[in-house]
Amino acid sequence: MLLLTCPHCGVTAEETEFAPGGQAHLRRAGPGASDEEFEAYMFLRDNPAGPHLERWRHAYGCGKWFLAARCTVTLRVLGTYPAQTAAPPDDIRRAIAGGQA
Amino acid sequence: MRKHHSAIALLREALSGHTGWPRAWASPLPRDRYRVIVVGAGGHGLATAYYLGRNHGITDVAVLEKGWLGGGNTGRNTTIIRSNYLQDPSAAIYEKSRELYEGLSQDLNYNVMFSPRGVMMLAQTEHEVRGYLRTERANYLQGVETRFISPAEVKKRVPIIRLDGPRYPVLGALWQARAGTARHDAVAWGYARACSAMGMHIIENCAVTGVRSEAGQVTGVETTRGPIGCDRLAIVVAGHSGRLAEMAGFRLPVESVALQALVSEPIKPCMDVVVMANTVHGYLSQSDKGEMVIGGGADGFNNYTQRGSWHHIEETVRALVETFPMLSRLKMLRQWGGIVDMTGDRSPIISPTPLGGCYINCGWGTGGFKAIPGSGWATAEMIAGDTPGPLAAPFGLDRFREGRFIDESVAAGVAH
Ligand SMILES: Cc1cc2nc3c(=O)[nH]c(=O)nc-3n(C[C@H](O)[C@H](O)[C@H](O)COP(=O)(O)OP(=O)(O)OC[C@H]3O[C@@H](n4cnc5c(N)ncnc54)[C@H](O)[C@@H]3O)c2cc1C
Ligand SMILES: [Zn+2]
Repeated sequence: MLLLTCPHCGVTAEETEFAPGGQAHLRRAGPGASDEEFEAYMFLRDNPAGPHLERWRHAYGCGKWFLAARCTVTLRVLGTYPAQTAAPPDDIRRAIAGGQA
Repeated sequence: MRKHHSAIALLREALSGHTGWPRAWASPLPRDRYRVIVVGAGGHGLATAYYLGRNHGITDVAVLEKGWLGGGNTGRNTTIIRSNYLQDPSAAIYEKSRELYEGLSQDLNYNVMFSPRGVMMLAQTEHEVRGYLRTERANYLQGVETRFISPAEVKKRVPIIRLDGPRYPVLGALWQARAGTARHDAVAWGYARACSAMGMHIIENCAVTGVRSEAGQVTGVETTRGPIGCDRLAIVVAGHSGRLAEMAGFRLPVESVALQALVSEPIKPCMDVVVMANTVHGYLSQSDKGEMVIGGGADGFNNYTQRGSWHHIEETVRALVETFPMLSRLKMLRQWGGIVDMTGDRSPIISPTPLGGCYINCGWGTGGFKAIPGSGWATAEMIAGDTPGPLAAPFGLDRFREGRFIDESVAAGVAH
C-alpha cells in the first residue's frame, strides 16, 4: 500500500484516497507540431524500472492534482510536489539521486 | 532424446515407475551466433520460435530467458481463451489463435489441456447489454460464433449465480460456447519441447542487457552470459518491453502495471463454464483441481514488482461475492501478480521497429494468453518474410501516429 502526502492540504494517506494519473510533465504538442511530436505527446511514455515522475489526484480529499516521484521497482514514494511546475524541484531530484544510490 | 507421448508410452512408464521420461527440452550452452534470437521464453516468444521452424523451416533460433521458462505472465494468468472481440483485426488473430488451441495438443504432442467449456460475459447494465448486442452482431459478420443469452439461460448454465444482485442485476450475457481455458504451464512447456526437438536453443537464466547494432541494423545482443550475434531479433518480453526498447534505442506506447489473481481452496465441482463480470471487475472459473480461479482489474500505476495493491483484490472479491454469494465462505489459498504491458487502445503490437532487423511483439496487456498460438504464428511470418503478414499488419507501431487504433478498451473494459 503506497503512502502519499498531498502537497496542497498536507494530508498523508494510503493510496486508496488517491487516484493515479499517469506520467507527469507531458507537454502538449502545439498546433504546428509534426505527426511525430503529436504521437510522442499522445502515446509514447517513459516506462522506467526505477524512479518515475507521475500525476496523482487527491480524489477522496481536497480533490487537487499533484505530482510524485516514485520508484517502480521498490514502490517507495520519493516525494510529492505541486503540479504547477515544469520540472521536479531540487529536493525531489536529490531524493531521486539518493533513492537510486 | 525426445520421447513420443502416447497411451502406450504412458502405460510402459506406469509399469516401470515413471523413471524413463527424458527432459522435455535441452539446456545447451549458447553459441556465438544464431539466425534469429527471440528474447523472452514466455508463451509468445516460444510460439514465435516454434512457428519459425514449423511454418518457415528456420531452426537456427535461440530463445533467451532471463529467469525460468514460462515464469512471466504466461505462468501467472487465469487462462481464459476467447475470441469474441469487437474489431475485425482482433477477431482475426484471436480466432486464429482459438482455432490453433483446438488442435494444439496434437500438433505439439503435448497435452495443453485445452478445455472449450464456454465463456460467459455478463451484462449487468443497460449500456453493457447494448455493447454486447453490438459485439454479437460484429462477431456474426466476422464468423466468430457468439450468442446473447437471457438471464434464464445464464441461471441454467450457472446455478450458483445470483441474478438479482443489489447493485447490478444480471440482464443477460454474451456466450461463446467454443471459448474456454487451457493449462498455462503446459502451453509453454509444450512449445519449448517442440522447439528443442527441432534443434533450437532455449537458454534460461540468460538476461539480455543490451542490443548491438551497426548502421541502423541489429547485429546481436549483450547478455549476462556474454554477447550473442544474430541476423534478426524478436523482442517478446511483455511487461519488460519498455526496457528492451530502450536498449534498442526507441520508445513505445506502453506502460507496465500489475495485474493480480487469486485462487481459493479446492471445492466440489460447482461451475463448469468461465464467467466474466466486467462491470464489477471480476471473473471466475473452476480449475480441474476444484479451486476457484479469480481475477480482476489491473492496478493503476506503473509497477515492476509483480505484486499489486491489496485494495484491488478486495474490490474483486467484493464484486464476486455479490454475484456469487456462496463464495463468501471460501478461504483463499494464494494470490500473485504479473506485470502487464498496456497500450493506449488495449490492442497488441506486432511490428517492425525503428531498428533494422529488430521486431517486437508486446502490448498484450491483461489478455494475451488466449493469443499465444496466433501471435506466434503472425510474428514468425513477419520475421521470416521481413514484413508483417495479413494477421500482423494492422497491429503495427505506426497505427498510433496514423490514428488507426484498434480500440478494444470499450469492448471488454476488464482484465482477462
Ligand atoms: C494475473 C494475470 C491474469 C491474466 N489472465 C489472463 C487470461 O485469463 N487470459 C488471457 O488471455 N490472458 C491473461 N493474462 C495476460 C497474459 O498472461 C499475457 O498477455 C501473456 O502471458 C503474455 O505472454 P508473453 O509471452 O508475452 O509474456 P511473459 O510470459 O511475461 O514472457 C516474457 C518473458 O520475457 C522474459 N524477459 C523479460 N526481460 C528479459 C530480458 N531482459 N532478457 C531475457 N528475458 C527477459 C521474462 O522473464 C518472461 O519470462 C493475465 C495476466 C496476468 C498477470
Ligand atoms: Zn489534498
